[in-house]
Amino acid sequence: MTDEPTRISTKGPSRRQLLGGAAAAATATAFPAPMIWAQNIKDITLRQFGTGVSNLNDVAVKVKEDLGFTLEMTALDSDSVTQRAATQPDSFDIADIEYWICKKVWPAGNLQAMDVSRIALYDKIVPLFKTGKLTPESTIAQGTAPHTVGFVEGPGSNTFVQEESGWMTLIPTIYNADTLGIRPDLINRPISNWSELLNPEFRGKASLLDISAIGIMDMAMVCESMGEITYGDKGNMTRAEIDKTIGIFTEAKKAGQFRAFWKSFDESVNLMASGEVVIQSMWSPAITAVKSKGIPCVYQPLEEGYRSWGGGIGLSKNLSGLELDAAYEYINWYLSGWVGGYLMRQGYYSAVPETSKNFMSADEWGFWFEGKPAQGEIVNPQGVTMEQPGSTRDGGSFYERMGAVACWNAVMDENLYMVRKWNEFIAA
Amino acid sequence: MTLARLPSAVTGWLLATPLALVLGFFLVLPILMIVTVSFWTATEWSYGPDFNLENYVFLLTSPVTLQVYIKTFTYVLLSWFFCLTIGFTVAFFLAFHVRSLVWQVALFLLCTIPFWTSNIIRMISWIPFLGRNGLANSTLIELGLIDAPLEWLLFSDFAVVLAFVHLYTLFMVVPIFNTMMRIDRSLIEAARDAGASGFQILTNVIIPLTKPGIMIGSIFVVTLVMGDFITVRFMSGGNSASVGRVISNEIALLQYPAAAASAVVLLITVLIIIAAMLRAVDIRREL
Repeated sequence: MTDEPTRISTKGPSRRQLLGGAAAAATATAFPAPMIWAQNIKDITLRQFGTGVSNLNDVAVKVKEDLGFTLEMTALDSDSVTQRAATQPDSFDIADIEYWICKKVWPAGNLQAMDVSRIALYDKIVPLFKTGKLTPESTIAQGTAPHTVGFVEGPGSNTFVQEESGWMTLIPTIYNADTLGIRPDLINRPISNWSELLNPEFRGKASLLDISAIGIMDMAMVCESMGEITYGDKGNMTRAEIDKTIGIFTEAKKAGQFRAFWKSFDESVNLMASGEVVIQSMWSPAITAVKSKGIPCVYQPLEEGYRSWGGGIGLSKNLSGLELDAAYEYINWYLSGWVGGYLMRQGYYSAVPETSKNFMSADEWGFWFEGKPAQGEIVNPQGVTMEQPGSTRDGGSFYERMGAVACWNAVMDENLYMVRKWNEFIAA
Repeated sequence: MTLARLPSAVTGWLLATPLALVLGFFLVLPILMIVTVSFWTATEWSYGPDFNLENYVFLLTSPVTLQVYIKTFTYVLLSWFFCLTIGFTVAFFLAFHVRSLVWQVALFLLCTIPFWTSNIIRMISWIPFLGRNGLANSTLIELGLIDAPLEWLLFSDFAVVLAFVHLYTLFMVVPIFNTMMRIDRSLIEAARDAGASGFQILTNVIIPLTKPGIMIGSIFVVTLVMGDFITVRFMSGGNSASVGRVISNEIALLQYPAAAASAVVLLITVLIIIAAMLRAVDIRREL
């Protein structure tokens, strides 16, 4: 439900064509493919499923090339992902899921915890996923923060623990900070608060995503910014908080605040590009899609901070022996930088940014990670130009953006109640 | 052994078997499954056999249900009315004003040309046309008819009904045209000889004889609109919910039992409507 649709098209030029031969050779020596395997590694097939965000065919191709075994990818929507992880343990070896999905499905007992001593780069994983704090001074955001469901007591345990226990549920793969998207050319004034979404000035020109689990969080950011509600935890609201939040938005909806509600990534792009909507919930790749049409669009950083999300890969309970070894090898390879560089050049962040750096040009690293002005054109992994020289990333550097996360995508205890109220809101 | 040697009762059963099997397997069985599942229980990510009425209790006591049914009926009535008016006019023109059969066929085929594309495409093509900066608004502004873009053209009930009428009018044209073509022309001559005016011929001869076609077309339009979810979502911009949308939401949230219960209630509603319509006109007798 919270998947950020990928802009990746498998028809684009392959990574090999894009990656210069010399660069490839250099990185290959820096991160040599593991050679501990005999020929039988080639017979192994690992079945991975997950949302489209990180289930990229290019990754499977590269795995075959670097590690020798076969990775089968199945991309599903996040509802199906949740269902499969919870109910069909025999259908996969590797689950690529989001942290809030992990909270829902881990108790079903179909995934096995990972021994961090086998994860070579464990120490370099961003602390956000281990302690919840990006830097030692950071405060922990609300919602299902990844570290709260990132560790269990030990192998075979179904109980999450709050400290680094050495047994990890998911290895983080991809994450980002979401905010509102705006059309600066049609608004013509600075926007700096979430409450602007319900500003009557934008009556009939605002939009919200119609995916309850994420939409409710955006609503909460708005209500808190308006000073209407102070939440105990936006990621785990009480019934009274849900009622009040939905109430405020129902009133706004009846007053004609919303032009439309979108469910798919493309709809959000079209609403923004056509000028039907000037302010709305948006996902990072949608902003770039609008910009690539030559239409100004800003992923506006707001005072109250971002709503963040993260995904990771977990191992099926059924993995053992050589296949389990291969899975660990895959995870180590995943963190070693090639995938990270690939994802970061789409505007996402990787679990171990410093290894991704080796697979990005200095300009790309400066633009995407450090928030510096682009020196040359910034292109995505398919070679499509995304940014012109001189532009900077909305929200700035990694530390500015991920350091300002107010809450994480979450699953609430009152989820079913919330979904029912959401349906009433849409029908109102 | 040939069929002729079998007793006629056996032959009849044998001949009916293939259709009975197909319908049983692809129609009756799925409906029975839906009815069964509607009594099951569900958690957020699983569902399992049970017998409880909770899905129905929630559905029938929720204020949302009433709201979406009222909305759906509004769409049905408006779409039906416009489809019928336009469909009847088009069919009347084709059947009685166009004299040569060649032209009748040619014009009839012309009506079907839009149906060579998918109905989603036909629906979505309205969006850029009706939008705030779309063709309709910019033309009206250039003509000086309006000062500011009309907001209600898109993402509104107007847009939803417009799309329905566009999508489903042909379903009205075809059966009405078909029945009109079977009307014995000498009846019209007789009416004229007896001194009936053009309007009297229409109301006393043509409309009564076209009733079965009207009814078949109406059944198409009503059932299609009642079950729709995608047109309502796209054309209302997610602002309105119909019964079909509620079901599709429930499926997306893995609430299969609740979706099944909604589907059963919808099915019963549609069956009641069709039964009522068939009471008004006996299609079988008049075909």
